[in-house]
Amino acid sequence: MAMDFAFWLLAIVSVAAALAVVLLRDVFRAALALVLCFIMVAGLYVTLSADFLAAVQILVYVGAISILLILGIMLTRDVQRGSPPNKLRFPALLVALLFIGTAIFAVFNTPWGISAGAPVEPTTATLAGKLFGENGYILTVEIAAVLLLAAIIGAIVLVREK
Amino acid sequence: MSVGLEHYLVLSAILFAIGLYGALSKRNTIAILLCIEIMLNAVNIALVAFSRFVAPQMLTGQVFVIFIMAVAAAEAAVGLAIIMAIYRRKGTVDPTEIDSMKR
Repeated sequence: MAMDFAFWLLAIVSVAAALAVVLLRDVFRAALALVLCFIMVAGLYVTLSADFLAAVQILVYVGAISILLILGIMLTRDVQRGSPPNKLRFPALLVALLFIGTAIFAVFNTPWGISAGAPVEPTTATLAGKLFGENGYILTVEIAAVLLLAAIIGAIVLVREK
Repeated sequence: MSVGLEHYLVLSAILFAIGLYGALSKRNTIAILLCIEIMLNAVNIALVAFSRFVAPQMLTGQVFVIFIMAVAAAEAAVGLAIIMAIYRRKGTVDPTEIDSMKR
């Protein structure tokens, strides 16, 4: 019961924050609404008993990515112009509504194999076993490390003064 | 009706559609990046919900979410660097004015 209440609260606030990101004309306020949306998503992970991911969501998204985006807004701010919608506004709205309709239709017409098993708690040890253990995802972890290194070097090269 | 898989999937679809609308209709490149982050988060919610309700002992969906977060961090860093370079050269972040590849 408490979980249901938490879900509805988090869902409503996250959708409202996402709408604020899209509808506010001031990009800086949109970024602050995005931070709220990230925090609500972390709460949703807690209701799904994904404790490690909730912590990572707070650290990576709320702590790092939002700071990076706000820094970008500060460095390129067009204060007087904000972020007005372009002339594709109504086709884009149509595409989004079509997507919602299709997705909801698919969700309610697919027989999901719901399992009644209890979730793993806490998840950190199991996740570490999956990532680094035998028959795990260790190769993907190393590829992700190389990807992050390449992204850092690429970002430095792109913004370096000539 | 208690909250189940469908609730999370519908919430994920709604968040994804909001991000999609914003990414297609904004005239500020940074706002487009914000909307792409919303879409990535919506996908993550769907993956964690599948992991919780379909295979609660496996956690494979959560492993995928960790990799999506790594790729999203790389994407944000490189995307912002590209926006910085364009802003320095052209003095604008409006994607309707960054059209030199169309001419």
